Amino acid sequence: MKKYLSFFRLRFLMGLQYRAAALGGIATQFAWGFMEIMIFRAFYRADAAAFPMSFSATASYIWLQQAFLALFATWMMEKEIFDAIVNGNIVYELCRPISIYNMWFSRSMANRLSRAVLRCFPILAFAVFIPKPYGIALPASLWHFVLFLLTLLLGLAMTVSLCVLVYILAFFTISPQGLQMIFITMTDFFAGALIPLPFFPEKMQRFMELLPFAAMQNVPLRIYGGSMTRFEIQKAVLLQIFWLLVITAAGKLLCKLALKRVVVQGG
Amino acid sequence: MKKLHQSIRLYFHYVSLNIRCMMQYKASFFLTALGQFLVSFTVFLGIFFMFQRFSMVEGFTYSEVLLCFGIMLMEFSLAEMFARGFDMFHHMVKNGEFDRVLVRPQNEILQVLGSKFELTRIGRMAQAIVMFIYGIVKNEVAWSFSKVLTVIFMLIGGTAVFSALFLIYAALCFFTLDGLEFINIFTDGAREFGKYPVGVYGKEFLIFTTFFIPYALIQYYPLLYILGRRTEVFLVLLPLLACWFLVPALLLWRFGVRHYKSSGS
Repeated sequence: MKKYLSFFRLRFLMGLQYRAAALGGIATQFAWGFMEIMIFRAFYRADAAAFPMSFSATASYIWLQQAFLALFATWMMEKEIFDAIVNGNIVYELCRPISIYNMWFSRSMANRLSRAVLRCFPILAFAVFIPKPYGIALPASLWHFVLFLLTLLLGLAMTVSLCVLVYILAFFTISPQGLQMIFITMTDFFAGALIPLPFFPEKMQRFMELLPFAAMQNVPLRIYGGSMTRFEIQKAVLLQIFWLLVITAAGKLLCKLALKRVVVQGG
Repeated sequence: MKKLHQSIRLYFHYVSLNIRCMMQYKASFFLTALGQFLVSFTVFLGIFFMFQRFSMVEGFTYSEVLLCFGIMLMEFSLAEMFARGFDMFHHMVKNGEFDRVLVRPQNEILQVLGSKFELTRIGRMAQAIVMFIYGIVKNEVAWSFSKVLTVIFMLIGGTAVFSALFLIYAALCFFTLDGLEFINIFTDGAREFGKYPVGVYGKEFLIFTTFFIPYALIQYYPLLYILGRRTEVFLVLLPLLACWFLVPALLLWRFGVRHYKSSGS
């Protein structure tokens, strides 16, 4: 455990160095969130009664999504890992007396967290000052906020476990591009990154909420605005834990299989 | 005249080289094209499901939005196909390849344009065309010659505007040596948010996109003309007017080239 923690620490500190990149990211995310809110405002004006949650909760959802983009964006995968698998540098990692799954897991967690830490505060600080209902509102209650933080971490772990699963699948496909593309489009759509899940038709939403993808950003961002009932929250958190265990177990199993018959390429 | 003819021939030679090169990796080509299709397909699904809930947005119906998105996406894919070299330009600056471009006795813009011809965007194009046709079928647009002409002008103007944005992105690399993430807002962001007519985003935004970065000229106003909301004839020519945006982009590029310091090894 200690070695993975130090892996985590190293990566985290490294990630904190990229401040100029973070500045660009903040500006981009801020503009993006702003446009996103304008779209929803137009729909809200067209038919306020058809809105599945309050406008303020929707705005909070969007700002949190932009602020914590680095935690959940599946397109932020690590090219380094894919490259290592494709060009054969993976052997150096395999020589070490560590579990490659745990290493990738802790390193991805650290990368995402460090990026998010650098970016989230300026965005949130800006969003607080935007007049109601377009800015970010206070959490529905202190209890909601605690749950938000908890599910945020669970959601991050879920995202990372899915990403690591894809890294491992790349052992089997050799060229990771197609795999990566399909994974990214799927998660964007099913996780509520494109439009929040409540905006889908009801049956569709119920189905989507049961998928592992809904255990990522969907849960924390919706808990924050207070648009979920107590029962719904309970169910969502249990599903998060369930999927996290399943996907991690699947990843570890697949990792074992892959390493048994690993063919190192390149030279 | 002879020089122009020569340049065009050279450009097509570059294009054919690029395509032949890509066809060496056929499977990769088809997969990437399919991926491009899928990416914009989920955006379409987003619109589809939003309109399951809402019947209209700012007076535009579902099929009208699809018509709008279809044209916009076509403009963007065309620009990305032709001007992808500028989008990838920061690699060229970073590894010093631009030095090689400068020593050749040919226009450097032509060479950068020719360095990459992204045929995989055909996947996105296919998606755009399908939506466009669906929009036409489901819409009661009274098509006339002037409206068809408007669509063609929109494609030309839109490709010019997006190419200009890629050119600006590239020109800024001369000063920053790396791609500026922020510019993505104007390219990828415009593709993403251009799915709805820009009037949706409020009045201030409409003014900005009329006079500064002319998205509204290639999307909103001509669309109103096609849908018959407005009938002024000058709206037909408005998309062509949007080509003015190439001028500051070219100036910035020139300025950048003059200030270029090699960075590669």
